[in-house]
Amino acid sequence: MDTIELERIAREIRLRDLQAVFEAGAGHIGGEMSVIDILTALYFRVLKIWPDQPKHPDRDRFVLSKGHTACALYVTLAKRGFIPEEEVSTFLQPHSRLNGHPNCNKVPGVETNTGPLGHGLPVAVGMAKAAKLSGAKFHTYVVTGDGEMQEGSNWEAIMAAAQFKLDNLTLVIDHNRFQQGAALAETNDLAPLRPKLEAFDWEVTEINGNVMSEVVPALEHRGAKPHCIVAHTNKGHGISFMQDRVDWHHKVPNKEQYEIALAELSEAL
Amino acid sequence: MNASVNPPKLYDCRDAFASTLERLAAENDTIVAVCNDSVGSSKLGGFKAKFGERLVNVGIAEQNMVGVAAGLANGGRLPFVCAAAPFLTGRSLEQIKADISYSNANVKLVGISSGMAYGELGPTHHSIEDFAWTRVLPNLPVIAPCDRIETAAAVAWAATYDGPCFLRLSRVGVPDLLPEGHRFELGKANLLRQGSDVTLIANGTLTHRIVKAAEILAGRGINARVLNLATVRPIDEEAIIAAARETGAIVTAEEHSIFGGLGSAVAEVVVDNAPVPMKRLGVPGIYAPTGSAEFLLDEFGMAPSAIADAAQALIKRK
Repeated sequence: MDTIELERIAREIRLRDLQAVFEAGAGHIGGEMSVIDILTALYFRVLKIWPDQPKHPDRDRFVLSKGHTACALYVTLAKRGFIPEEEVSTFLQPHSRLNGHPNCNKVPGVETNTGPLGHGLPVAVGMAKAAKLSGAKFHTYVVTGDGEMQEGSNWEAIMAAAQFKLDNLTLVIDHNRFQQGAALAETNDLAPLRPKLEAFDWEVTEINGNVMSEVVPALEHRGAKPHCIVAHTNKGHGISFMQDRVDWHHKVPNKEQYEIALAELSEAL
Repeated sequence: MNASVNPPKLYDCRDAFASTLERLAAENDTIVAVCNDSVGSSKLGGFKAKFGERLVNVGIAEQNMVGVAAGLANGGRLPFVCAAAPFLTGRSLEQIKADISYSNANVKLVGISSGMAYGELGPTHHSIEDFAWTRVLPNLPVIAPCDRIETAAAVAWAATYDGPCFLRLSRVGVPDLLPEGHRFELGKANLLRQGSDVTLIANGTLTHRIVKAAEILAGRGINARVLNLATVRPIDEEAIIAAARETGAIVTAEEHSIFGGLGSAVAEVVVDNAPVPMKRLGVPGIYAPTGSAEFLLDEFGMAPSAIADAAQALIKRK
């Protein structure tokens, strides 16, 4: 699938995500908008997956460690055929399998339960190590938030990935510069991320994570070391009044804001 | 027979664990051992020599260790995570919850040197909260074998069980209690002694102490039933209810805090089904003084004679 087509799908996913969050009255729309280009590139171009066989042993593994942006993952999984598209409207409803954080035992295509931060990368290291042990060819991808990198467990996993020489592991840090309560810079500023990862013997690529022509080649890159993509993104990307505003971490648009956002995303289609 | 003349041979259950794991690993190449710089204390030296590639040592990083194990299971490996029980459970409790229990990952958690095994090293190294922390988690059987035979049987069972579990092992020597060839059955108590006056229930390193306590009670004319209850979750409700109804009093003893452990688990079944007087012996909600495991268990009222005294006092409340 070419870049233009991927960009179109990403805009459709943004639109459906906005609607789902508005209808559910909850969600993490800011971080969803920032990560959607990465999810789109993964599911519609990069990942080797079989939606009708979600547990196929040769499938590439993907872990959404920033699990609070589950809605964006559900919309993507639905669009890719893992779950019915109409099911997205059940997001957060009683007994829906689409709860606020992804569940691997309920939702096909989800590999491990996430929600508490700092869990996904260690599990992804285990997946990549499993492939090394068995000789399997699958590649493992994990997406974390930049604020999430404040969790010490991530740095334990970063050390292990280098020690285990996991050239079959790609970490994408969704570097939108904001966490729940404030800017990263005002909380525990990890930036710049590149030298820290390089010091742990990872290969690092920096991209604009909201530009598809940069996202795809970075995800498809293969080297001799574990690979970290520092994806510079915008929280609330694509919706003018949300962009780079910390209060849109989990704020829900009112009717007027929803109409504006709807118009902006639809126009882009 | 005079026990002091010819004491029974004591075995370190870690040896049974390690030799069983090596035997299973030779048959099943998906088995991997995951550890936190604990090759020596987990007795994984033999495993490392035979299956070096399959020893995943993450260094001193327990949260990562448990997450990596979940990922290994996702990738089709069968991980046995071996680490000192206090750090395996406490340090990575949220990983055990989210990555193992909630995700239902096929990972075997093996907590070594549990209870007061690191007695002299102080309360940071005592693992007397692990039953409480783990037994509240769905999908996670919690098992504390009483001897080398049950340890080997439980490890063999774990390798065939499709789901996670927590095996709680000590390093303190215990005598053989179960017959050679014993097969582990999840959630089933072993009746070690029939009795009608009171029931003594324990697991792990306390089982042989309650067996001795029952012998002391027999000398006093008291007929004590003895249950080895290796599986704390799912618990053998049938055996506990029968014990309550048929003996009318229950004493539990454990190398754990009396809050949230084996005694609490038994009490939950008793109070819901057949209320009878109970006495829960264990660490009484304090941090322990310095001393060996054996010294501390005696100090906390779990010498066989003290267990017998507690049972005798309890019978009066029937």
